Amino acid sequence: MSIVRSSARSADDLTLVPRAHPRGAATCVARISLTEFRCYRSAVLDIDPRPVVLTGPNGAGKTNLLEAISMLAPGRGLRRARLDELDRWMPGQTPGRGPAWAVAARILVPAGSHDVGTGRDPTDETVRRVVRIDGRAARGQTALAGLLTVLWLTPAMDRLFNDRAGERRRFLDRLVYGLDPEHAERVSAYDHALRERAHLLRAERAPDPAWLDVLEAKMAEGGVAIAAARRILVQRLNAVMEDGPGIFPRARLGVSGATDEWLDTMPALAAEEKLAAALGTSRGHDREAGGALHGPHRADLSVVHAGKGLPAREASTGEQKALLVAIVLAQAAMLSQVRGRTPILLLDEVAAHLDARRREALFDVLLALGAQCWLAGTDEATFAELGSAAQFVRVRDAMLAPAPEGTSR
Amino acid sequence: MTPTHLERLIQLLAKLPGLGPRSARRAALHLLRKRESLMQPLAAALTEAADKVRGCSVCGNLDTVDPCGLCQDSRRDGTILCVVEEVADLWALERTGAFKGRYHVLGGVLSALDGVGPDQLAIDPLVARAGTDGVKEVILAMGATVDGQTTAHYIADRLGQLGLSVTRLAHGVPVGGELDYLDDGTLAAALRARRPL
Ligand SMILES: Nc1ncnc2c1ncn2[C@@H]1O[C@H](COP(=O)(O)OP(=O)(O)OP(=O)(O)O)[C@@H](O)[C@H]1O
Ligand SMILES: [Mg+2]
Ligand SMILES: [Zn+2]
Repeated sequence: MSIVRSSARSADDLTLVPRAHPRGAATCVARISLTEFRCYRSAVLDIDPRPVVLTGPNGAGKTNLLEAISMLAPGRGLRRARLDELDRWMPGQTPGRGPAWAVAARILVPAGSHDVGTGRDPTDETVRRVVRIDGRAARGQTALAGLLTVLWLTPAMDRLFNDRAGERRRFLDRLVYGLDPEHAERVSAYDHALRERAHLLRAERAPDPAWLDVLEAKMAEGGVAIAAARRILVQRLNAVMEDGPGIFPRARLGVSGATDEWLDTMPALAAEEKLAAALGTSRGHDREAGGALHGPHRADLSVVHAGKGLPAREASTGEQKALLVAIVLAQAAMLSQVRGRTPILLLDEVAAHLDARRREALFDVLLALGAQCWLAGTDEATFAELGSAAQFVRVRDAMLAPAPEGTSR
Repeated sequence: MTPTHLERLIQLLAKLPGLGPRSARRAALHLLRKRESLMQPLAAALTEAADKVRGCSVCGNLDTVDPCGLCQDSRRDGTILCVVEEVADLWALERTGAFKGRYHVLGGVLSALDGVGPDQLAIDPLVARAGTDGVKEVILAMGATVDGQTTAHYIADRLGQLGLSVTRLAHGVPVGGELDYLDDGTLAAALRARRPL
């Protein structure tokens, strides 16, 4: 597949574009169609493996399209929306009662292609998501995790380093899912046991201690597994960033939290016992305070700007953005190395916040990664350096129009 | 039938698991079209089942006799007890033909959030049953959901003092899956390869 259409480009520009990146092997979206999804009544887009640049005015539907792609992975997508929020609003229609949203895509994988469809189940009263893969109903969303990994960076994440710890934990866990799809199940099982225990502790009647013992044993087992999976991810990302490109600030990641620190000094089984014991002794406290004093749900992701030796939250807005980009790029590179599969990247309004030098570096890295990357922004000029190494799509009033080659610059 | 009768029928059908209002309307039309061959026999069968079918006072299975047919069957092995969440799970295991012991239906799983505690489930009767009757092994065939597994561990602890062998189904039971959804082969294999809890 020829990536660079030399006719449209000057020799100078070409130096930016690696000709021999591993495009052939990358997972990519070849076609996506949206039905009754957010502002889209019906839209179809055919694309090739090159980066896709979406441009258009505010409110045109760029982020909504990225969100549709994020629904091709398990979970609630890049806005963490409720399923019925994704239905297109209609005057006088209760959300979740009108036509159900659907997103269908053809995914090219190294071994061939798959047709994936997902949406709100239109036949069911309860709001439920359905997934179809190659025409057959999948038993759950987790089937999607086997097909593709989607990573994203959105303006909503700009405040991540100054936000509550819960947001950073969620960010961290999403990174872990890419490496270890079972992590999602693990976290939701842990959260479930945590809620059950909290509910029992606060019940009028004195709770059955044997029941609490069982829940705490489950929390200890699952909780240490969660902490261990996060540690592995952080170690791998730090290793990738050690020898990453120097233009993005290197981030040094860590997980802070008691359970996580126990793993530094003792084997996992001992940490499990310690956590179970700690939960047992904090029942009185937890009954009063709610939640639980101990466990990986109290951990935080710490990020340090390695060059400056400064916590990320002390860095400038642009530096924080660059740190986030560095982490997401490192994750993409790590997934290609470790799992042999390239994720799909959704970068919403990322380019506009970077200075010209970093922006060009970002494009370089993206092209070298060979991952299909979707870049959205209001201004086409921001992406001019990409030239014909990318494909440009104009978004206007929830309509998608591929820009003819050579006209968009 | 006036429209309100029809609407009531549709409303009731829509309460069946797996039927939304649309399929309920289709089912109602289908029934009306097959009035003699389907609708009337169905109505009679429903009345009769509502009248005669009862929970077994020993194991919790549903049958027209109490104790149920399975509990009365002297060819079944009374030394092995298989504990399931719901009657549907019992039936799923019966379909495999791989289990020849006796059953115990809990009637659900522990869930603090749903207000289901040990007292709402047939756990005390289970402990009593397991302590008598010459029971040697208890298989905990709960689903792989968090609540199912919590319940299994809770019961295992309660049975701890009795000196029985307590086992669970081998993996192969999908996470969050319920036994009733498994194909018979998988279920029979999970049963054969059971292991200590
Ligand atoms: N469920 C929905 N039904 C219909 N329209 C919706 C729905 N949800 C959001 N919208 C609208 O879709 C429009 C496009 O939103 P989107 O976030 O995709 O814009 P955008 O192109 O990313 O704009 P910006 O450049 O400002 O980020 C907005 O006007 C929004 O109000
Ligand atoms: Mg936007
Ligand atoms: Zn019985």
